[in-house]
Amino acid sequence: MSRGLTPSQTVGPFYWGTLVKTCHAELAPPGVAGERIALALSLHDVEGAIVPDGVLEIWQANSHGRYNHPDDRRNLPLDEGFEGFGRAGTDAKGVARFATVKPGRVPWPAGGLQAAHVNVSVFARGVLNRLATRLYFDGDAGLADDPVLNLVEPARRSTLIARRDGDGVWHLPIHLGGPKETVFFDV
Amino acid sequence: MNEETYRRPSAGQHPPNRFDAYKSTPGRSPGKPAVVLPHSLSEITGPLLQAERLDGLENDLTRQRMAEPLGERIIVHGRVLDEDGRAVPNALVEIWQCNAAGRYHHPGDQHDAPLDPNFYGGGRTRADAEGGYRFVTIKPGAYPWKNHHNAWRPAHIHFSLFGPAFATRQITQMYFPNDPLLAFDPIYKSVPEGARERLQAAFDMDSTQPEWALAYRFDIVLRGRNATPME
Repeated sequence: MSRGLTPSQTVGPFYWGTLVKTCHAELAPPGVAGERIALALSLHDVEGAIVPDGVLEIWQANSHGRYNHPDDRRNLPLDEGFEGFGRAGTDAKGVARFATVKPGRVPWPAGGLQAAHVNVSVFARGVLNRLATRLYFDGDAGLADDPVLNLVEPARRSTLIARRDGDGVWHLPIHLGGPKETVFFDV
Repeated sequence: MNEETYRRPSAGQHPPNRFDAYKSTPGRSPGKPAVVLPHSLSEITGPLLQAERLDGLENDLTRQRMAEPLGERIIVHGRVLDEDGRAVPNALVEIWQCNAAGRYHHPGDQHDAPLDPNFYGGGRTRADAEGGYRFVTIKPGAYPWKNHHNAWRPAHIHFSLFGPAFATRQITQMYFPNDPLLAFDPIYKSVPEGARERLQAAFDMDSTQPEWALAYRFDIVLRGRNATPME
């Protein structure tokens, strides 16, 4: 029995407080293994202006490279209290912040490993379909060989790579369009 | 591992990213095509949020405050399914909506309509093993939104679904059947004809509760898995 998909619609501007209660999501309670990291994802429109009414979600493996999901059947540790999901609204400066642990590398279906990455979903007023992208870490081992980055034209790969500031926070600007348009993925 | 674990949506089921009649889209939509990703563990896993504890009243938006909200009490229920009609069991379903007067409990909503101190407008529930879910709420009002001259959103309830994977994440809006405002709403009409009708709930006489509430049925269909076994 084949059924038609339910079409996508915008999240709209008024999700606040019901869908998200914060612009700073904390994913990893004390005791979760791995390197603690802070992410600051800023959202911009095609003119580069900030988008203060967006919702960003992240999904990631734990520090051992294991997703907390039944379809990841590899014999790697799961961390108590760490699902790997975070959601935050963008604040008045267009930024959504996450405190988490750096994900481990996960395999690629054709063999080898992907570079460490965080999967990102973008929702906002004026965005009719969920936009999916990724966050990679500047200077990371494996970036040059990452099979997903290698699907992207070289000049646009930097739109997926977060950079660390002097305080150790990883920043990734996400541009919905325009000259700095982020690479989005059809997942 | 299959590189296409979840089927890609065929054309004509979702809105385009840019739909100029909805005036927020040109400034917020990518101009370049999305890069097609083969499915790896990153796409076929996703948050199931099974550890999320839901309060017993979260699926009843009429009982979250001191007293009952104003408005027409309704039951909104349905099933979360995949394209093959299989249940998506235990799916977390989140909804949010404006009150009966057409005003959101949100600081950004400045529509000149009253707030209802007894209506917050957010709800969550977990679908059962058959994908069934049920909310009790009040019928949301229509409201103006300045997209164009005399623009009014048809009454709607926002729905957020995760499904089993990052690939199946979905946010949508449920409308009420035969609402005359649908014909004028660019958000609804951004979805191609033939698919947009799926966003209208069905009036469900059999599920009404006499002397208490009318009922609407809204089934949500998420992407199905390809038939090829995983291993």
